[in-house]
Amino acid sequence: MTETYDLRTGTESEADGLDAHLVVDRGAFRLDVALTVAPGEVVALLGPNGAGKTTALRALAGLVPLADGHLRLDGAELDRTPPESRPVGVVFQDYLLFPHLSALDNVAFGPRCHGATKAEARTQAAAWLDRMGLSAHGSAKPRKLSGGQAQRVALARALATNPRLLLLDEPLAALDARTRLEIRAQLRRHLADFEAVAVLVTHDPLDAMVLADRLVVVEHGQVVQEGTPAHTARHPRTDYIAQLVGLNLYRGDADGHTVRLDEGPAITTTEDLTGPVFVAFPPSSVTLFRQRPTGASARNLWRCEVAGLETHGDQIRADLTGELPLAADLTTAAAAELGLHPGAEVWATVKAIQTHAYAA
Amino acid sequence: MIPNDKADAATETLRGGTRRRRVRSGGGRGVPLPLLLPALLGLAFLIVPLIALLVRTPWHNLPEQLTSAEVWQALKLSLFCATLATAVSMVIGVPLAWLLARVEFPGRGLIRALVTLPLVLPPVVGGVALLMAFGRNGIIGQWLDSWFGITLPFTTTGVVIAEAFVAMPFLVISVEGTLRAADPRYEEAAMTLGASKFTAFRRVTLPLIAPGIAAGAVLAWARALGEFGATITFAGNFPGRTQTMPLAVYLALQSDPEAAIALSLVLLAVSIAVLAGLRDRWMTAG
Amino acid sequence: MTRTARRSRRTLQVTGAGAAALLALSACSSGDASSNKSDPSASDKISGEVTVFAAASLKESFTTLGKQFEKEHPGTKVTFSFGGSDSLAASITGGAPADVFASASPKTMKIVTDAGDASGTPATFVRNELEIATLPGNPDKIGSLKDLTGSGLKVVLCDKEVPCGAAAQKALAASKLKLTPVSYEQDVKAALTKVELKEADAAVVYKTDVHAAGDKVEGVEFPESADAINDYPMALLKDAQNTEAAKAFMALVQSAEGQKVLTEAGFRKP
Repeated sequence: MTETYDLRTGTESEADGLDAHLVVDRGAFRLDVALTVAPGEVVALLGPNGAGKTTALRALAGLVPLADGHLRLDGAELDRTPPESRPVGVVFQDYLLFPHLSALDNVAFGPRCHGATKAEARTQAAAWLDRMGLSAHGSAKPRKLSGGQAQRVALARALATNPRLLLLDEPLAALDARTRLEIRAQLRRHLADFEAVAVLVTHDPLDAMVLADRLVVVEHGQVVQEGTPAHTARHPRTDYIAQLVGLNLYRGDADGHTVRLDEGPAITTTEDLTGPVFVAFPPSSVTLFRQRPTGASARNLWRCEVAGLETHGDQIRADLTGELPLAADLTTAAAAELGLHPGAEVWATVKAIQTHAYAA
Repeated sequence: MIPNDKADAATETLRGGTRRRRVRSGGGRGVPLPLLLPALLGLAFLIVPLIALLVRTPWHNLPEQLTSAEVWQALKLSLFCATLATAVSMVIGVPLAWLLARVEFPGRGLIRALVTLPLVLPPVVGGVALLMAFGRNGIIGQWLDSWFGITLPFTTTGVVIAEAFVAMPFLVISVEGTLRAADPRYEEAAMTLGASKFTAFRRVTLPLIAPGIAAGAVLAWARALGEFGATITFAGNFPGRTQTMPLAVYLALQSDPEAAIALSLVLLAVSIAVLAGLRDRWMTAG
Repeated sequence: MTRTARRSRRTLQVTGAGAAALLALSACSSGDASSNKSDPSASDKISGEVTVFAAASLKESFTTLGKQFEKEHPGTKVTFSFGGSDSLAASITGGAPADVFASASPKTMKIVTDAGDASGTPATFVRNELEIATLPGNPDKIGSLKDLTGSGLKVVLCDKEVPCGAAAQKALAASKLKLTPVSYEQDVKAALTKVELKEADAAVVYKTDVHAAGDKVEGVEFPESADAINDYPMALLKDAQNTEAAKAFMALVQSAEGQKVLTEAGFRKP
């Protein structure tokens, strides 16, 4: 990796925060993920379904045993510590609020287990609910709460034990689109206030970008990419990320301003690089013609065929095959003007300035 | 079709209140005949003997049959023993069900089969088996006798043991089923909040499976209340000490079938009253 | 009820060996099916299946006699249903297909005759008397009925609703003894089992049951048993399917040979 994006480079002592190498065997599946997180930092484990994100989270919580590796939190070895003795708080995907307890008693459950008297635990729980803006719902049973309220109760419950490691498993997945927006903003505030390590698991790039300081992309049980959200969005290293952030991504060998792709033609870029590189460009930077454009330079011009069309917001996304498989965005009007239909032959062109090449 | 429905709905709304009834009866009409006929046959099969019992009940001398001290003694003993046997089954049966549902260990399938064995064992054989185990010469009973001077056969405790032996599998199976259906992640959530496995079980799992425990307890209680074979074999038959209602009914049948019918009727009425009462309290609350 | 039984017994004694003939006559049937087993002409006529409902205490001896009967009358088959006399009586009045009913008490036989299901007057064919069954070797040195009333002994009796219990109560009443058992068992086998399993120290049961239990229990005779002798009546049933063979079987039971098998099992001659 050519750039450094380690946010830990600060005054933190080596012992603080999370230092984990999680190895879990699940039959044919093996999770092998190294994770280092500083206090106050929020890391998102991003990956497709079945990538092992939740397994990693469960390993951190002690709900699945490590086959190998290590797990240190604030300098303390936690590998063999049972889940109930770990200073860890978990917000589960569907919250798992205890249905027989009121919201208040759900939040008081943790403090109670940590030795507080019933009255103390309830006082603490009431304070947490207050911080979440839920003081009015303390006596409500979970099934009476809305999705957003339940999410906040779950967060309050996880925070009420003052964990040194907060784990969130798809914290917004269970919410509808409108609530999600609001809760995401609130969660961001609460995570910003949280002074210890927070790790969240999500398959939603927006959640990850908004909530996390750093992304760790996991695919097939391995870390495939790591970095700040902005950097990751600009420099996808796998098709999965490229698709998430909406970029056409290719891999090839650079020689000066020309990148010869592993499969397919060459792409001219503005960067001057040598060796293996990635080249990325957004679908909106692609211009389509029905006839070979005359007068245009032959660089970055490919003959393609429309494989499919779909509406993408107020745009049309065209999936192209041919010399270079790519996605192109164009306005509905442009699509109509061009008379695009599956099977139609088109010429696609991208300006070098709109491509972005970086070392692989 | 859709406009028709809408029109119907509109007129129904205008008429008010009749719609719900219509919908319900419509559901009844939809029951396919190949299901309805056997279902009604099954219902009749279960109900007719009970009706026959009512028809043949000697209503004229029922009061005197029922006011005898022996009947009340047997009834009180039955209720006491069945309730105690249910309590014993709950105290040791629920943890057993938890073990079977939540802990992986070699031979679990075999253990589960063994637990259900009293369900298929003829109760009399169960009674003999209990004698072999807890009798005065039983493999455990002989030590109870020589160390503590405790003998269980022919005692009320013996009745409770016999009833619990026969009834507990019902509770274990019911609770195990509920536990398997319950989401084990609630226990995990409790553990991440600092609860030990036992605390998680006590404060989270137990309340979650309460309806299953209640259903199992009701089944076990009903089975214990009607228990005959194991009880008479293991605990014998002595009025006031080990003679429960089923024993009294059986022995009355030898000489006075009318009295036996009257006794059965009492047992029936009490069980229906208790089960109906519990249903209202437990089942619908869950 | 007892009187009926007694009377029929006296009648039997008068006719002596001709009991079979009497039964045949009173059954108002063709009559000459005298089952003198040595008569080959009789055995030729008899064939088919005989169904006998008999008290549980008769199991060993009747099974022996049934085999003997089948051997003497080739082509016949005796099917037994052994059980408590009262439940057998209930089955018969309920319409169970049987040819012969051999009951352990006149009282249960009366249920059948009262229902009009018997054909002719029942005849007493054996008597059974009570005995005390104790643990092998009689460790508690029980010698009489009175010894059972001693404290610390676990005694089981049959319930007073079943014949052996009624007989025991009669014996206790006759000797003016008050005995509190640990249990009133539902039948004589259950009472005996409790002693066999050493759960009880003693039980008051029939002599035949002690006999059948072999050396698992030890029998102690007691004089009061004479006050509670149990008569076993037997009757041809009205709905008998095979009257001839049924009569022949009843004759075998009452013959010298049959009585020998029964006395060997502990029964007394009527």
